[in-house]
Formats: sequence, C-alpha cells, structure tokens
Amino acid sequence: MTNRAGVTGVSCAVHRVAGNRFITQKGVPVKLSIVRSALAVAVFGAASSIAFAQEITGAGATFPAPIYAKWADAYNKATSVRVNYQSVGSGAGIQQIRAKTVDFGASDMPLKDEDLAKDGLLQFPTVIGGVVPVVNIKGIAPGQIKLTGAVLGDIYLGKITKWNDPALTALNPGVPLPDAAISVVRRADGSGTTFIFTNYLSKVNAEWKAKAGEGTAVNWPTGAGGKGNEGVSSYVQRLPNSIGYVEYAYAKQNKMAHVQLKNAAGNYVSPDDDNFKAAAAGADWSKSFYQLLTEQPGKDAWPITGATFILMYKSQAKPDSAASALKFFDWAYANGDKMAADLEYVSLPDSLKGLVHKAWADNIKDGAGKPIAYK
Amino acid sequence: MAATFPATPYDPASQRTEPGATPPTLRRHAAWPDVLFSVLAHAAAWLTLLLLAAILGSLLVGAMPAIREYGLGFLVHSEWDPVQHRYGGLVMIYGTLMTSAIALLIAVPVSFGIGLFLTELSPAWLKRPLGTAVELLAAVPSIVYGMWGLLVFSPILSTYVQQPLQALFAGVPVLGTLFSGPPVGIGLLSAGIILAIMIIPFIASVMRDVFEVTPVLLKESAYGLGATTWEVMFKVVLPYTKTGVVGAIMLGLGRALGETMAVTFVIGNFNQLNNLSLFEAANSISSALANEFAEAGEGLHKASLIYLGLVLFFITFVVLALSRLLLARMKKSEGSR
Repeated sequence: MTNRAGVTGVSCAVHRVAGNRFITQKGVPVKLSIVRSALAVAVFGAASSIAFAQEITGAGATFPAPIYAKWADAYNKATSVRVNYQSVGSGAGIQQIRAKTVDFGASDMPLKDEDLAKDGLLQFPTVIGGVVPVVNIKGIAPGQIKLTGAVLGDIYLGKITKWNDPALTALNPGVPLPDAAISVVRRADGSGTTFIFTNYLSKVNAEWKAKAGEGTAVNWPTGAGGKGNEGVSSYVQRLPNSIGYVEYAYAKQNKMAHVQLKNAAGNYVSPDDDNFKAAAAGADWSKSFYQLLTEQPGKDAWPITGATFILMYKSQAKPDSAASALKFFDWAYANGDKMAADLEYVSLPDSLKGLVHKAWADNIKDGAGKPIAYK
Repeated sequence: MAATFPATPYDPASQRTEPGATPPTLRRHAAWPDVLFSVLAHAAAWLTLLLLAAILGSLLVGAMPAIREYGLGFLVHSEWDPVQHRYGGLVMIYGTLMTSAIALLIAVPVSFGIGLFLTELSPAWLKRPLGTAVELLAAVPSIVYGMWGLLVFSPILSTYVQQPLQALFAGVPVLGTLFSGPPVGIGLLSAGIILAIMIIPFIASVMRDVFEVTPVLLKESAYGLGATTWEVMFKVVLPYTKTGVVGAIMLGLGRALGETMAVTFVIGNFNQLNNLSLFEAANSISSALANEFAEAGEGLHKASLIYLGLVLFFITFVVLALSRLLLARMKKSEGSR
C-alpha cells in the first residue's frame, strides 16, 4: 500500500518535470536526453535544485533597474527562466552579494579592484548611461544654456546664487537669463546617479572636491533634496528658476531643458547616445573594469557618463545558479541592445563585450576550479 | 468646578441579588477555552514587551559603532558628511521636533474645534457624514499628502504666504530671519502644516469620542445653571475628559514624530542648519532614514542612521512619559481645588 503510493508520487513528479521541460522549450526541439536526465534527477529527489536554477535572483542599483526588468521579461518569454531583480540600491546590493543571498549584485559605483579581490568578486559593466543637468527657466529651451564644470560646481556649492551672475552671462551671451535666485535641486537619497555627478564635480571643481567630495550621498552645501530621479525631476519642473540633475532617460521622457556642458576636449556637447558612447570609448577597459567615465577625453564625449556594474563571486558554490546568471547576461549582451536603446541606455561596445566574456571564462569557476559553462 | 458636579456613584454590589441555586458544576469541564484564551492573551501582552525590548536591543547593537565614536556629542553636532564620515544628528533632531511642534500647534485647536462642533453644535443630520469624513481622512495614504503638499500646497504657500511675509519683514531682526529662505515653499513650515493636516483626523476623532462619553446629566446640569456652550465645554467636558484629550494629542504627536513619506516630500531633505528660518529646507529623522538607509555603506554611516533611529525611539518614549507625568499631576491637583 505504502509502496504503491510512493511510486505514484514519484511518477507524478516526473510527469510534472517532463511537462515543464516541454512547455519551457516551446519551439525548440527537446532532446530526449535532457528529459531523461531531468527524470533521473527528479527520481533521485533533487528536483529542487533544478527548480532553483530556473530562477536567478539579483539585487542592487536602481539606475539600471528598468533595463534589467525589461531584459528579464524578454528572457523569461524566450527561455521561461525567471530573473528576479530587486532594485534596492547599490549599497544594499553590495551587502546582499557579500551575504550571498543573491546570485548577482548590482552597483552604479564600481568597487575598487582591491576591494573586489578581498571578497573574491568579479565586476563587469552592463550598460552605460548619462547624467544630465536640467533647468527650469521661463523662456529657456533645451540646450540653450552652456555651462562649464567649474561653474556647475560653483552653483552646487552655493557660490553662484543668481541666474544673471557674471560667470553665467559670460558663458551665455545673448541668452535672456533672469535676475532670479537659483533653486538648486539634488538627490536626497543615496544613489549611483549622485556618485557619477559628484565624481564629475570633484574632477572639475577643486573647491567641490575639498568641501563635498564624491559619493552616493554627500554633505550638500545647498539645495533641496528630492527622492529618486522622479523626485528631482518633479522638483525641477515645479520650482521656477531651478537646476537639478537626473538620468538621461528622465530628462528625455519629461522633455526637460538640459544644458550643454564643456567637456575635457573643450567642446560644448549635448547629452545623447553617441556622446555617451564616445565617453565609454575613451576608457581603457582592458586592464580593469574599474572605469569612471566622467570627464573623458574624446571630442564628443559627454562629461557626466557612467557605467553600471554587476558583481558575482569568482568561486561559485552553486555552479548551476552561476551558469544561469551568466546565460542571462550572455543573452542580454547578444539580444538586449535594442531594448536598452528604447529605454535610453547605451549598450556596451562589442570590444568591451568581448572583454567581459573573456573575464567570465578566466574568473568565474565552480568549486573544483573549472570555468563555468554558460553557452 | 468639576468637583461640584460629582457623578452619581454607581455601585454594582447594591443591585446584585443572591443566587438562588448553586452554579452548575459541569462548567468546570469546559474551562480549557478559558485557559487557552488566558494563555493567548498573556502571550500577546508579553510578546509586545518582548518586541519592544528586541527593537531597543537591535537598535543599540546597530548603533554601537556610532555611539562609541561620538557618544552623546552626536546629539549636538550638526555636521552630516557621508564622504568624510563625520556624523551628527542635530539637524534631523531639530527638524523632527520643530515640524511636530508646528503640527501640534495647528492640529490641536482645529481638532478641538472639530470635536466640539461634532458633539455640541452640529445639527443632527450633519453629525454622521462629517464624522465619517474626518475618519476617512485618516485613511488617506501619507504619500498622497506628500505629493499634494509638493505639487499643490507648497506653491500656494510660497506665493501667498512666504513671499508676502518676506516682503513685510525684510530687515526686521528676529522675524526677518524666521521667514527668510528661498521662496519655494519647501521646508519646516510646509512639513509642519502637512503633518498637521495628517494628524487632525486622529486627534479629532478621538476627541469627539471622548467628548461624547461625557454624561449628559453633567452637561445638562451646567446648561441648567445658565452656562454657555463655551463654559460647559471648558469647565465640564474638558475636565471630565482630560485623560482622553491628552491621549488624543499624544497619539497625534506620536504619528507626527514618526511620519516619513509626506515629510520627505516637502521638507527639502537638507542636512545643514544655517539659520532658524521656518522656510529653510531641513530634514527629519525618519526622512533621513528613508532616504539614506538603502545606500548607506557598512560602518559609521549605517550606524549613525541607526543611532538616529534610537534617538527617535527615545524622543517618543520621553513624550509618552511626559504625558503620563502630566496626567498624574493633573490628578493630584484635582483634590486641592
């Protein structure tokens, strides 16, 4: 009696796994061997590990969350593997990968190579994005105001307080700048966007570097803080004569008036995909993925550009999950560029993708030291 | 005055009759639900205490690095610099206390008015809908108040209150500073007003409920002696219900101290204490926690945020203790009058 019940139970489980496989691989010819091995695993009671490998969990940065969500959705449709990404913030993402509660962590602020080595982590970039200063001044069109990094720094230091300050009128002859106080808007929450922005200001304004410095949150000398990109963009749209900084996608979708910035080559540039790409091309990725893309030398480079990063352990205790995660990113590199462009992110140049693939093969290994296969 | 209208003492013993027969003995067998109920009730009560102790404990442990580093100096230093890792909580503590004080200053009189109107003045047909409306206001999510505060209220405050006040008091020593600041309608005052709107439903509905339990006999007697509504309210109802009223205010204050989302929208999240202007952007403890906790790195930044949480815990505790003390004092002074 008991025996029979047990047998039915197993056969049921087998059925379910097999069924799953068939649905999963819709349109793809199913190899019998895969089904058979799945059966075998199910019979031996290890069905849970297979089910686990079908779900990848990651956590971290909010900046790339929209594109990761889109990739995850498309990947789920293509392979039925679920990618569960929690946009909890870069800091929390780093903590979660350190605590090994997720398969991958995500951060907008790259970790230094020595920190990575300490934890045995590999870091690689996924997409590139730009941070854009936006203004709300009556009668000023997008791109009409030109700023240098030094002047932008002085505005955020609270040293330039009026729009008709000589420093601003000198850069913008003929632009009707009002005699009005500048309402400075910035992020209130810690964020990778703030890190990229303050990293840029630290490079171009010595006083900023000394007084505030760079980080996901800094000691802001002035201004009102909005929560998230949406908080900053709603503040800027609401407050007359304000200036703020948001991700490019927010500036574009809300049709906000961006400014032109003088880059390292001395040209005034507007934020767009090509200029972000130009900034990414200026960095030397071959030695380390720790690259900050602010104030890059290219003649078209947008000066406030940054990449966003994924963190994974080099030595994987659960090779199945690691392989699933790598498969996902491999798929995203191959198929995700169009989706990234739709969301105003810039995909990595092919040469950089090649470097990342090489880094995976060289670094991410299972417990026995064998590279993890993801193809 | 209250002592001149003592409530008729109700003695249940005088109305009790002797039982005619012995109680059925069968009931003893059915006692286990009673035991179960008593165990559950005890467990619930102890769980509350246990949770409180656990929260306090984990806050202390989490904040320990910051406590060791700064000690009590944390409470009086205003610098908050995540880059240099120098932290002080004065700005947030000041912001929390100030916004809550503004909120109470506005909410208590208004709520008292609502409670008074609903119990004494309102025509009978209006009582129900108005009472329900007040209770419904309490159910509005705080983020809605925040969005409304940022997008609708603060422009109005800026155009019709702040700018006229600034024009009026420009150059006047104390008032001038009190109303200075960028004319954007974001800061301590708008946060305080939004908080007031949020806590009015709580205070008002509790006040109405306690006013309603005042025995009609007392009120009618006072009216019969020729007292006005005002006198009845202040000399009969309020002394009779003072415990409830203080409780209502404390409920509102507790909510104001801890409110996060609505405050973070309109307070400006500015960690500097440049002047004492009501229109200056500032920060509160809960708002700082909500904004910075997710991205705070391990170490002092996180510990300092938890330290701030601990401070908020103590502020709430002190407020509660003070209200108890106040009630005890009121009780004592009752006999002397």
